[in-house]
Amino acid sequence: MIDEVLAPVPPSRVFLAILLRDITVARRELPYFLIRTTMQPLMFVVVFGFILPKIGLIPGNYTQIMLPGVIALSLTLSAIQSVALPMVQDFGFTREIEDRLLAPAPIELVAIEKVVAAMLQGIVAALFVLPIARLIMGPIPGLTFRNAGLLLVATVLGGTAFSAIGLYLGTAIAPQQIGLMFSVILAPMIMFGCTYYPWAGLARVPAMKWAVLINPLVYVSEAMRAALTPGVPHMPTAAIFAALVVIIAIFLFLGLRAFDKRAMS
Amino acid sequence: MSAAIETRSLRKVYSPSNVVAIDSLDLTVGDGEFFGLLGPNGAGKTTTVGILTTRVRPTAGEAVVAGTNVATAPAAVRRRIGVVPQRPNPDRGLTVIENLVFHASYFGVPRAEAARRGGQLLERLGIADKRDAKVDALSGGQQQRLMIARALTHEPRVLFLDEPTVGLDPQARLGLWEILRELHKQGRTIVMTTHYMEEAEQLCDRLAIIDQGKLLALDTPAQLKAQAPGETIVDVTFDADASVVAGAAGALDGVSKAAARGPMLQVFSRRGGEIIPALIAAGEANGRAVRDIHLSRPSLETLFISLTGRKLS
Repeated sequence: MIDEVLAPVPPSRVFLAILLRDITVARRELPYFLIRTTMQPLMFVVVFGFILPKIGLIPGNYTQIMLPGVIALSLTLSAIQSVALPMVQDFGFTREIEDRLLAPAPIELVAIEKVVAAMLQGIVAALFVLPIARLIMGPIPGLTFRNAGLLLVATVLGGTAFSAIGLYLGTAIAPQQIGLMFSVILAPMIMFGCTYYPWAGLARVPAMKWAVLINPLVYVSEAMRAALTPGVPHMPTAAIFAALVVIIAIFLFLGLRAFDKRAMS
Repeated sequence: MSAAIETRSLRKVYSPSNVVAIDSLDLTVGDGEFFGLLGPNGAGKTTTVGILTTRVRPTAGEAVVAGTNVATAPAAVRRRIGVVPQRPNPDRGLTVIENLVFHASYFGVPRAEAARRGGQLLERLGIADKRDAKVDALSGGQQQRLMIARALTHEPRVLFLDEPTVGLDPQARLGLWEILRELHKQGRTIVMTTHYMEEAEQLCDRLAIIDQGKLLALDTPAQLKAQAPGETIVDVTFDADASVVAGAAGALDGVSKAAARGPMLQVFSRRGGEIIPALIAAGEANGRAVRDIHLSRPSLETLFISLTGRKLS
């Protein structure tokens, strides 16, 4: 049995096997995963989409403005956490990822697989929030077959961008400082991410309008706006998608480099 | 005997600390050999295994494992090796059997075949009753067995074990030794690091003694023991600086060498433990009281001490 022929294993096969492992584990943890990543967006739906309009503090059509932002938030928060948290845990404490780093494939494949798995988890979270948001906030104008392609591209690009960011944060930040990631990076990102207001609206605060462009979440919010509420003013889709592609390229590059540093010594 | 592992002038310097972990290491491990890397903590054992298992990049030199270069074809090396880490790192999201089946699948083993092999391995390693248990339900020894089973699911040519019995109770340790002997009998090449003399002596065909990144001795345990100095080494710890005692101790009949380091006096005795009363007297004569005495009979341990001036653990 030791003389078994040692043919190389195709990387695609290794990739799928590792992806299947992540899907198996994620399926088992689905309830916790959904609670962790959709609680915040769902609360916003209830408060801003239901309670505040009922009280009359904000106009009823505000839900139209914030619904795409809520979906964007579910997608990006879960994508970023689905890769950053396991990275911090695995490299910082449990070393569980070691068995995958010993797979007969380039180690970058393990990182790319995590990005893909996190992107899929982001989509699951967004799909979970969407019908609930629809229920509370009313009809979503962009949810038509004609718009499906646009929605799909927006979701995949947005999810990938944030899982790439998660890869970078999870591998570049020291495990002890991961708490900081939430307060210093995620909180401002959410607040200034055009999730609760359209980017076009920032025309009244011009400095802000340009400053927020460094915030990757802005493009995902605007992408969702373009796909789900096309009637609300939004950035041109070509510009949004180009920006997301650039973000993916930058953070994949940085993330893979940081991953390599953690995986190899 | 063809070589399963060959290293030439292997060197590793960690940056940014510039710690030289291993320095110009030349090793050849034969096919089917049970090879031991023996040395204290920090000797460079784990770094050596790290390089051979493609997880540490060598700074200079070359390492070939199962005919494949670790630096230029790491994926091909990983295809051929199994690794049991120092600290068990099972996949806690999965059950015991899933740990084996998924690991095998990373190596392209079809699911049904992986499940068959996994079941057999659990049987052989005596944890078949834990097949569907969560990993957390396993004891330390059982987790270590699971790590060995996992390392074998893809039928590696060379099995690496890094301090496999650290933290195991004596019974679990003996059980593990049996398993390793069995694997060796089947013709597998095994490389094991340890800082337990007895373990190295019991299991290994050949031993490399390394300290501070350098190879100090390399031979069969029997040959190494024959090289050990004939004296018993007596370590006496005094209540204060021992250097004042060293001269008197060195002049005692039956003492071939005496050296002081801090409060500790190390004496090479041809009269075994009989020298102890004279050492105590020599201490008292110089105003020193004895706090502790440790005896090492001629063994791999005394060889190690004579090579490095330090105890192994």
